[in-house]
Amino acid sequence: MPGPKRFSMRRKRICKFCAEKITYIDFKDGRLLGHFIPKRGKILPRRISGVCSIHQRQLSEAIKRARHLAILPFVAD
Amino acid sequence: MRTYEVVFVAAPTLTTEELDAFIAQMQTVIEGKEGKVVKVDNWGKKPLAYRIKRFRDGYYVILTIEGGGAAITELERRFRVTDFIVRFLSVRIDEDYKRSEKLKAARQRKSGKRPATQAPAAPPASEAAPL
Repeated sequence: MPGPKRFSMRRKRICKFCAEKITYIDFKDGRLLGHFIPKRGKILPRRISGVCSIHQRQLSEAIKRARHLAILPFVAD
Repeated sequence: MRTYEVVFVAAPTLTTEELDAFIAQMQTVIEGKEGKVVKVDNWGKKPLAYRIKRFRDGYYVILTIEGGGAAITELERRFRVTDFIVRFLSVRIDEDYKRSEKLKAARQRKSGKRPATQAPAAPPASEAAPL
C-alpha cells in the first residue's frame, strides 16, 4: 500500500528566500548558493528544496553566473 | 545612468602590486568613458571551483560602476586583450536593485497595515508561523 506512506513523507514547503526576505540573490555569495547544489554540482530542483518559483528562477540565474566565474563548479564528484 | 557590477578573475601569478596597478588603470579607462567607479571590492586570492588555464586559484575583484554602456564595452575589450584576466562578467544591477527596493517597501507597507486590520487574530498566528 503505497498511499499512506507517501503522505507521511510530505514535508512543509517553505521557501528559504521568502522566509529570510531576500529580494536579490547575489551570484557572488558562494556559501548561500552552495546550499542548492548537491554533491554532483547540479541545481537542486525546487520540488525538493521548496523554493518558490520566483526565487528558483533568480537562484538558477545566480548559480549559472557563479559557475562562469568559477565560484561554483559545473560538475563535481 | 546605469549601475553595473563587473567581476573579473586575474591569474594567481600576478603580484598584488601589479593587480593594484591594473585596477587603477581600469579606473582611468572608465573615467575616460564618463563612468564612475563607485566601489572596488578586492577579495584577494581565492581557490577556483575548477581549473582554468591550468590555474587552481585566482584574484577576484569586483568593481561597481556607474556609467553608460560605452565604459563597459571598453572595459570588456581591455579584459579580452589582457593575458592575465582569466574570467570576467558584467551584470547590470540597477534594475534588480530597484525591484528589490520596491518589494521591500511593499512588504513594509503590508506589515504596517496588518495589525490594524486583524489585530486580535494576529498574535497567535504570527507565533505559529515561524515554527
